[in-house]
Amino acid sequence: MIISVASGKGGTGKTTVSTNMALAIDRDVNFLDCDVEEPNAHLFLNPEIEKSELVDTPVPKVNMELCNQCRKCMDICRFNAITVVGEKVLVFPELCHSCGGCMLVCPEGAITETGRNLGIIEYGKTGHITFAHGKMRIGEAMSPPLIKEVRKAVNPEDLTIIDAPPGTSCPVIAAIHGVDFVLMVTEPTPFGLHDLKLAVEAVKLLGIPSGLVINRSDLGTRDVYEYAQEQKIPILLEIPFDRKIAETYSHGKTMVEEMPEWTDKFQKLFHDIEQIVES
Amino acid sequence: MKIAITAKGATLDSEVDPRFGRARYIIIVDTDSLAFEAVDNTENINAFKGAGIQAASMVSEKGAEVLLTGYCGPKAFQTINAAGVKVVSDISGTVAQAVEKMKSGDVTYTDNPNTDGHW
Repeated sequence: MIISVASGKGGTGKTTVSTNMALAIDRDVNFLDCDVEEPNAHLFLNPEIEKSELVDTPVPKVNMELCNQCRKCMDICRFNAITVVGEKVLVFPELCHSCGGCMLVCPEGAITETGRNLGIIEYGKTGHITFAHGKMRIGEAMSPPLIKEVRKAVNPEDLTIIDAPPGTSCPVIAAIHGVDFVLMVTEPTPFGLHDLKLAVEAVKLLGIPSGLVINRSDLGTRDVYEYAQEQKIPILLEIPFDRKIAETYSHGKTMVEEMPEWTDKFQKLFHDIEQIVES
Repeated sequence: MKIAITAKGATLDSEVDPRFGRARYIIIVDTDSLAFEAVDNTENINAFKGAGIQAASMVSEKGAEVLLTGYCGPKAFQTINAAGVKVVSDISGTVAQAVEKMKSGDVTYTDNPNTDGHW
Protein backbone atom coordinates (compact mmCIF):
# COMPACT_ATOMS: atom_id res chain seq x y z
CA MET A 1 0.00 0.00 0.00
CA ILE A 2 1.29 3.44 -0.93
CA ILE A 3 0.08 6.58 0.85
CA SER A 4 1.03 9.96 -0.62
CA VAL A 5 0.94 12.99 1.63
CA ALA A 6 0.10 16.01 -0.53
CA SER A 7 -1.30 19.49 -0.01
CA GLY A 8 -1.84 22.02 -2.76
CA LYS A 9 -0.57 24.89 -0.66
CA GLY A 10 3.03 24.68 0.54
CA GLY A 11 3.97 24.84 4.21
CA THR A 12 0.81 23.21 5.51
CA GLY A 13 2.59 20.34 7.26
CA LYS A 14 3.11 17.50 4.76
CA THR A 15 6.51 16.61 6.17
CA THR A 16 5.28 16.88 9.75
CA VAL A 17 2.40 14.49 9.03
CA SER A 18 4.34 12.05 6.85
CA THR A 19 7.36 11.73 9.17
CA ASN A 20 5.28 11.41 12.33
CA MET A 21 2.99 8.83 10.78
CA ALA A 22 5.99 6.81 9.58
CA LEU A 23 7.55 6.90 13.04
CA ALA A 24 4.29 6.06 14.83
CA ILE A 25 3.54 2.96 12.74
CA ASP A 26 4.56 -0.28 14.43
CA ARG A 27 5.49 -1.97 11.15
CA ASP A 28 8.29 -1.79 8.62
CA VAL A 29 7.63 1.09 6.29
CA ASN A 30 9.31 2.71 3.28
CA PHE A 31 9.56 6.47 3.33
CA LEU A 32 10.11 8.34 0.05
CA ASP A 33 10.75 12.06 0.10
CA CYS A 34 9.57 13.02 -3.38
CA ASP A 35 9.81 16.76 -2.76
CA VAL A 36 13.03 16.59 -4.77
CA GLU A 37 13.38 20.34 -5.18
CA GLU A 38 13.78 20.78 -1.46
CA PRO A 39 13.72 17.47 0.40
CA ASN A 40 13.66 17.95 4.18
CA ALA A 41 12.22 14.76 5.71
CA HIS A 42 15.76 13.50 6.39
CA LEU A 43 16.22 16.38 8.86
CA PHE A 44 13.55 14.79 11.06
CA LEU A 45 14.11 11.10 10.39
CA ASN A 46 17.95 11.25 10.37
CA PRO A 47 18.46 8.11 8.28
CA GLU A 48 21.93 6.72 7.85
CA ILE A 49 22.60 7.09 4.12
CA GLU A 50 23.99 3.83 2.76
CA LYS A 51 23.96 4.43 -0.98
CA SER A 52 23.81 7.32 -3.40
CA GLU A 53 23.26 7.14 -7.13
CA LEU A 54 23.23 9.60 -10.02
CA VAL A 55 20.08 9.76 -12.14
CA ASP A 56 20.10 10.76 -15.82
CA THR A 57 17.29 11.30 -18.28
CA PRO A 58 17.74 10.48 -21.98
CA VAL A 59 18.21 13.38 -24.39
CA PRO A 60 19.02 13.24 -28.13
CA LYS A 61 22.44 13.33 -29.73
CA VAL A 62 22.63 13.90 -33.48
CA ASN A 63 25.13 12.29 -35.83
CA MET A 64 25.55 15.02 -38.47
CA GLU A 65 27.11 12.57 -40.93
CA LEU A 66 23.75 10.77 -41.17
CA CYS A 67 21.43 13.79 -40.83
CA ASN A 68 19.90 15.14 -44.05
CA GLN A 69 18.08 18.09 -42.39
CA CYS A 70 14.63 16.63 -43.08
CA ARG A 71 13.30 18.46 -39.97
CA LYS A 72 11.05 15.60 -38.81
CA CYS A 73 12.69 15.71 -35.36
CA MET A 74 12.05 19.43 -35.10
CA ASP A 75 8.42 19.05 -36.19
CA ILE A 76 7.58 16.40 -33.61
CA CYS A 77 9.25 18.13 -30.64
CA ARG A 78 6.68 20.09 -28.67
CA PHE A 79 9.33 21.75 -26.55
CA ASN A 80 11.68 23.16 -29.21
CA ALA A 81 14.46 21.04 -27.76
CA ILE A 82 15.77 20.14 -31.21
CA THR A 83 15.94 22.64 -34.06
CA VAL A 84 17.23 22.49 -37.60
CA VAL A 85 18.74 25.75 -38.84
CA GLY A 86 20.29 25.67 -42.26
CA GLU A 87 22.74 22.79 -42.32
CA LYS A 88 22.91 22.55 -38.53
CA VAL A 89 20.86 20.76 -35.89
CA LEU A 90 20.81 22.34 -32.44
CA VAL A 91 19.86 20.34 -29.37
CA PHE A 92 18.78 22.12 -26.18
CA PRO A 93 19.01 19.28 -23.64
CA GLU A 94 17.48 21.35 -20.81
CA LEU A 95 14.23 21.73 -22.78
CA CYS A 96 13.96 18.01 -23.61
CA HIS A 97 11.18 15.99 -21.94
CA SER A 98 12.77 12.66 -22.92
CA CYS A 99 9.79 11.44 -24.95
CA GLY A 100 12.04 9.79 -27.53
CA GLY A 101 9.90 11.11 -30.41
CA CYS A 102 12.82 12.57 -32.37
CA MET A 103 14.63 9.24 -32.28
CA LEU A 104 11.52 7.39 -33.47
CA VAL A 105 10.78 9.65 -36.44
CA CYS A 106 14.35 10.12 -37.70
CA PRO A 107 14.39 8.18 -41.02
CA GLU A 108 18.19 8.24 -41.15
CA GLY A 109 18.80 6.78 -37.69
CA ALA A 110 20.93 9.85 -36.99
CA ILE A 111 19.66 10.35 -33.44
CA THR A 112 20.90 8.37 -30.45
CA GLU A 113 20.46 8.84 -26.71
CA THR A 114 22.80 10.57 -24.35
CA GLY A 115 22.04 11.63 -20.77
CA ARG A 116 21.22 14.80 -18.87
CA ASN A 117 21.87 14.58 -15.14
CA LEU A 118 18.74 15.16 -13.05
CA GLY A 119 20.22 14.78 -9.60
CA ILE A 120 20.85 12.02 -7.10
CA ILE A 121 18.87 9.52 -5.08
CA GLU A 122 20.09 8.64 -1.60
CA TYR A 123 19.04 5.46 0.18
CA GLY A 124 19.24 4.82 3.89
CA LYS A 125 17.66 3.32 6.98
CA THR A 126 16.54 4.42 10.40
CA GLY A 127 14.89 1.96 12.79
CA HIS A 128 11.88 0.40 11.07
CA ILE A 129 11.97 2.98 8.26
CA THR A 130 13.66 2.33 4.91
CA PHE A 131 14.36 5.73 3.48
CA ALA A 132 14.99 7.22 0.03
CA HIS A 133 14.94 10.75 -1.30
CA GLY A 134 15.77 12.58 -4.50
CA LYS A 135 17.89 15.70 -4.62
CA MET A 136 17.51 17.58 -7.86
CA ARG A 137 20.63 18.98 -9.53
CA ILE A 138 20.92 22.72 -9.03
CA GLY A 139 19.86 24.35 -12.30
CA GLU A 140 17.63 21.44 -13.37
CA ALA A 141 14.07 22.61 -14.07
CA MET A 142 12.20 19.30 -14.46
CA SER A 143 11.48 17.28 -11.35
CA PRO A 144 8.97 14.57 -12.49
CA PRO A 145 11.58 12.22 -14.05
CA LEU A 146 13.58 12.22 -10.80
CA ILE A 147 10.42 11.73 -8.70
CA LYS A 148 9.52 8.72 -10.85
CA GLU A 149 12.98 7.26 -10.25
CA VAL A 150 12.66 7.76 -6.47
CA ARG A 151 9.38 5.86 -6.58
CA LYS A 152 11.11 2.93 -8.27
CA ALA A 153 13.07 2.42 -5.02
CA VAL A 154 10.14 0.48 -3.54
CA ASN A 155 7.93 -2.45 -4.37
CA PRO A 156 4.39 -0.98 -4.74
CA GLU A 157 3.03 -3.85 -2.65
CA ASP A 158 5.07 -2.82 0.39
CA LEU A 159 3.85 -0.24 2.84
CA THR A 160 5.18 3.12 1.66
CA ILE A 161 4.64 6.73 2.68
CA ILE A 162 5.46 9.41 0.12
CA ASP A 163 6.13 13.01 1.10
CA ALA A 164 4.90 14.77 -2.06
CA PRO A 165 5.91 18.20 -3.34
CA PRO A 166 3.40 21.06 -2.91
CA GLY A 167 1.19 22.35 -5.72
CA THR A 168 -1.01 20.55 -8.23
CA SER A 169 1.17 20.39 -11.35
CA CYS A 170 3.32 17.66 -12.93
CA PRO A 171 5.63 17.04 -9.92
CA VAL A 172 2.62 16.35 -7.67
CA ILE A 173 1.00 14.09 -10.24
CA ALA A 174 4.30 12.16 -10.46
CA ALA A 175 4.19 11.72 -6.67
CA ILE A 176 0.54 10.62 -6.39
CA HIS A 177 -0.15 8.77 -9.65
CA GLY A 178 -1.03 5.13 -9.00
CA VAL A 179 -0.94 5.33 -5.19
CA ASP A 180 -3.62 3.79 -2.98
CA PHE A 181 -4.44 6.84 -0.90
CA VAL A 182 -3.74 10.57 -0.91
CA LEU A 183 -3.64 12.21 2.50
CA MET A 184 -4.10 15.93 2.02
CA VAL A 185 -2.79 18.33 4.61
CA THR A 186 -4.36 21.76 4.76
CA GLU A 187 -4.89 24.69 7.06
CA PRO A 188 -8.20 26.48 7.67
CA THR A 189 -7.20 29.70 5.90
CA PRO A 190 -8.48 31.15 2.61
CA PHE A 191 -5.15 30.25 0.93
CA GLY A 192 -5.24 26.75 2.36
CA LEU A 193 -8.79 26.21 1.13
CA HIS A 194 -8.14 27.69 -2.31
CA ASP A 195 -5.21 25.37 -2.98
CA LEU A 196 -6.91 22.40 -1.32
CA LYS A 197 -9.73 22.68 -3.86
CA LEU A 198 -7.21 22.44 -6.71
CA ALA A 199 -5.59 19.41 -5.08
CA VAL A 200 -8.97 17.73 -4.53
CA GLU A 201 -9.84 18.19 -8.22
CA ALA A 202 -6.54 16.60 -9.27
CA VAL A 203 -6.98 13.65 -6.91
CA LYS A 204 -10.58 13.10 -8.07
CA LEU A 205 -9.45 13.13 -11.68
CA LEU A 206 -7.00 10.35 -10.85
CA GLY A 207 -9.71 8.44 -8.95
CA ILE A 208 -7.66 7.98 -5.78
CA PRO A 209 -9.39 7.81 -2.36
CA SER A 210 -8.38 10.67 -0.10
CA GLY A 211 -8.65 12.07 3.40
CA LEU A 212 -7.76 15.28 5.13
CA VAL A 213 -5.50 16.42 7.94
CA ILE A 214 -6.25 19.92 9.18
CA ASN A 215 -3.16 21.51 10.61
CA ARG A 216 -3.25 24.61 12.84
CA SER A 217 -6.89 23.61 13.10
CA ASP A 218 -7.86 26.25 15.65
CA LEU A 219 -6.88 29.16 13.37
CA GLY A 220 -8.81 30.77 10.53
CA THR A 221 -12.37 29.94 9.60
CA ARG A 222 -14.69 26.93 9.37
CA ASP A 223 -14.76 27.10 5.56
CA VAL A 224 -12.37 24.16 5.11
CA TYR A 225 -14.56 21.99 7.35
CA GLU A 226 -17.67 22.87 5.38
CA TYR A 227 -15.87 22.18 2.11
CA ALA A 228 -14.69 18.77 3.36
CA GLN A 229 -18.25 17.88 4.35
CA GLU A 230 -19.62 19.02 1.00
CA GLN A 231 -17.04 16.97 -0.89
CA LYS A 232 -17.44 14.01 1.48
CA ILE A 233 -13.73 13.98 2.30
CA PRO A 234 -13.16 12.49 5.76
CA ILE A 235 -11.19 14.63 8.23
CA LEU A 236 -8.82 12.08 9.74
CA LEU A 237 -6.75 14.26 12.05
CA GLU A 238 -6.65 17.78 13.45
CA ILE A 239 -3.43 19.30 14.74
CA PRO A 240 -3.80 22.49 16.79
CA PHE A 241 -1.68 25.64 16.46
CA ASP A 242 0.54 24.81 19.40
CA ARG A 243 3.81 26.53 20.36
CA LYS A 244 5.30 23.23 21.58
CA ILE A 245 4.71 21.62 18.18
CA ALA A 246 6.34 24.58 16.40
CA GLU A 247 9.34 24.49 18.76
CA THR A 248 9.72 20.74 18.28
CA TYR A 249 9.73 21.21 14.51
CA SER A 250 12.21 24.09 14.65
CA HIS A 251 14.63 21.87 16.58
CA GLY A 252 14.41 19.16 13.91
CA LYS A 253 12.49 16.86 16.27
CA THR A 254 9.21 15.09 15.68
CA MET A 255 5.97 15.26 17.66
CA VAL A 256 6.04 11.50 18.18
CA GLU A 257 9.47 11.76 19.84
CA GLU A 258 8.85 14.84 21.97
CA MET A 259 5.12 14.59 22.68
CA PRO A 260 4.37 10.86 23.11
CA GLU A 261 0.62 11.49 23.34
CA TRP A 262 0.71 12.00 19.55
CA THR A 263 1.92 8.44 18.81
CA ASP A 264 -1.59 7.02 19.29
CA LYS A 265 -3.14 9.74 17.14
CA PHE A 266 -0.78 9.12 14.23
CA GLN A 267 -1.27 5.36 14.61
CA LYS A 268 -5.01 5.86 14.48
CA LEU A 269 -4.58 8.06 11.41
CA PHE A 270 -2.74 5.23 9.68
CA HIS A 271 -5.29 2.59 10.71
CA ASP A 272 -8.15 4.79 9.46
CA ILE A 273 -6.39 5.11 6.11
CA GLU A 274 -5.83 1.35 5.99
CA GLN A 275 -9.54 0.78 6.58
CA ILE A 276 -10.59 3.19 3.84
CA VAL A 277 -8.19 1.57 1.36
CA GLU A 278 -9.36 -1.95 2.26
CA SER A 279 -13.06 -1.12 2.12
CA MET B 1 18.87 42.55 -48.43
CA LYS B 2 16.14 41.05 -46.26
CA ILE B 3 16.09 41.95 -42.60
CA ALA B 4 13.79 40.92 -39.73
CA ILE B 5 12.40 43.42 -37.21
CA THR B 6 10.25 42.56 -34.20
CA ALA B 7 7.11 44.71 -34.10
CA LYS B 8 4.01 45.41 -32.04
CA GLY B 9 1.92 45.81 -35.22
CA ALA B 10 1.84 44.52 -38.78
CA THR B 11 2.93 47.71 -40.56
CA LEU B 12 6.15 49.66 -41.09
CA ASP B 13 4.96 52.50 -38.84
CA SER B 14 4.41 50.05 -35.93
CA GLU B 15 6.54 50.34 -32.84
CA VAL B 16 9.43 47.88 -32.48
CA ASP B 17 8.56 45.10 -30.01
CA PRO B 18 11.50 44.83 -27.61
CA ARG B 19 10.95 41.07 -27.20
CA PHE B 20 12.24 38.73 -29.85
CA GLY B 21 10.80 35.25 -29.25
CA ARG B 22 7.49 36.56 -27.95
CA ALA B 23 7.14 39.61 -30.22
CA ARG B 24 3.61 40.18 -31.57
CA TYR B 25 4.83 40.32 -35.17
CA ILE B 26 8.13 39.76 -36.88
CA ILE B 27 8.35 41.89 -40.01
CA ILE B 28 10.59 40.74 -42.82
CA VAL B 29 11.59 43.79 -44.90
CA ASP B 30 13.54 44.07 -48.13
CA THR B 31 15.74 47.10 -47.50
CA ASP B 32 15.97 47.95 -51.22
CA SER B 33 12.31 47.80 -52.25
CA LEU B 34 10.77 48.23 -48.77
CA ALA B 35 8.47 45.32 -49.63
CA PHE B 36 7.60 43.55 -46.39
CA GLU B 37 5.84 40.57 -44.90
CA ALA B 38 4.46 40.71 -41.34
CA VAL B 39 4.64 37.27 -39.75
CA ASP B 40 2.05 36.77 -37.01
CA ASN B 41 3.96 35.39 -34.00
CA THR B 42 0.95 34.72 -31.73
CA GLU B 43 1.68 31.03 -31.50
CA ASN B 44 5.12 31.75 -30.07
CA ILE B 45 3.77 34.30 -27.58
CA ASN B 46 1.84 31.46 -26.00
CA ALA B 47 4.61 28.88 -26.28
CA PHE B 48 5.47 27.12 -23.05
CA LYS B 49 9.18 27.32 -23.72
CA GLY B 50 11.53 27.75 -26.64
CA ALA B 51 9.78 30.77 -28.22
CA GLY B 52 13.14 32.32 -29.11
CA ILE B 53 14.33 29.13 -30.78
CA GLN B 54 11.22 28.95 -32.96
CA ALA B 55 11.37 32.63 -33.85
CA ALA B 56 15.06 32.39 -34.74
CA SER B 57 14.42 29.37 -36.92
CA MET B 58 11.58 31.19 -38.70
CA VAL B 59 13.70 34.31 -39.33
CA SER B 60 16.38 32.16 -40.90
CA GLU B 61 13.86 30.32 -43.09
CA LYS B 62 12.48 33.62 -44.37
CA GLY B 63 15.93 34.41 -45.65
CA ALA B 64 16.63 37.42 -43.42
CA GLU B 65 20.32 38.26 -43.05
CA VAL B 66 19.98 40.56 -40.05
CA LEU B 67 17.63 40.61 -37.05
CA LEU B 68 16.84 43.94 -35.38
CA THR B 69 15.18 43.66 -31.98
CA GLY B 70 15.28 44.83 -28.37
CA TYR B 71 16.40 41.80 -26.46
CA CYS B 72 17.73 38.47 -27.61
CA GLY B 73 18.09 35.64 -25.08
CA PRO B 74 20.74 32.90 -24.99
CA LYS B 75 18.89 30.10 -26.80
CA ALA B 76 17.51 32.42 -29.47
CA PHE B 77 20.97 33.86 -29.95
CA GLN B 78 22.57 30.45 -30.26
CA THR B 79 19.98 29.42 -32.87
CA ILE B 80 20.15 32.59 -34.92
CA ASN B 81 23.93 32.51 -34.78
CA ALA B 82 23.95 28.93 -36.06
CA ALA B 83 21.76 30.09 -38.93
CA GLY B 84 24.30 32.78 -39.78
CA VAL B 85 21.86 35.64 -39.16
CA LYS B 86 23.46 38.74 -37.59
CA VAL B 87 21.80 40.40 -34.60
CA VAL B 88 21.39 44.08 -33.76
CA SER B 89 19.84 44.49 -30.31
CA ASP B 90 18.62 47.45 -28.20
CA ILE B 91 16.51 48.68 -31.12
CA SER B 92 13.56 51.00 -30.36
CA GLY B 93 11.31 53.42 -32.26
CA THR B 94 9.30 52.34 -35.31
CA VAL B 95 9.99 49.60 -37.79
CA ALA B 96 10.55 52.21 -40.54
CA GLN B 97 13.14 53.97 -38.34
CA ALA B 98 14.89 50.65 -37.76
CA VAL B 99 15.02 50.06 -41.53
CA GLU B 100 16.52 53.52 -42.02
CA LYS B 101 19.07 52.82 -39.30
CA MET B 102 20.04 49.62 -41.05
CA LYS B 103 20.31 51.32 -44.44
CA SER B 104 22.45 54.15 -43.06
CA GLY B 105 24.85 51.53 -41.70
CA ASP B 106 24.51 52.96 -38.18
CA VAL B 107 24.26 49.55 -36.51
CA THR B 108 26.49 47.41 -34.32
CA TYR B 109 26.23 43.66 -34.60
CA THR B 110 26.17 41.96 -31.25
CA ASP B 111 28.29 38.97 -30.27
CA ASN B 112 26.24 38.02 -27.22
CA PRO B 113 22.69 37.57 -25.98
CA ASN B 114 21.65 40.69 -24.05
CA THR B 115 19.13 39.12 -21.69
CA ASP B 116 18.78 35.95 -19.62
CA GLY B 117 16.64 32.97 -20.53
CA HIS B 118 13.15 32.80 -19.06
CA TRP B 119 11.76 29.80 -17.23
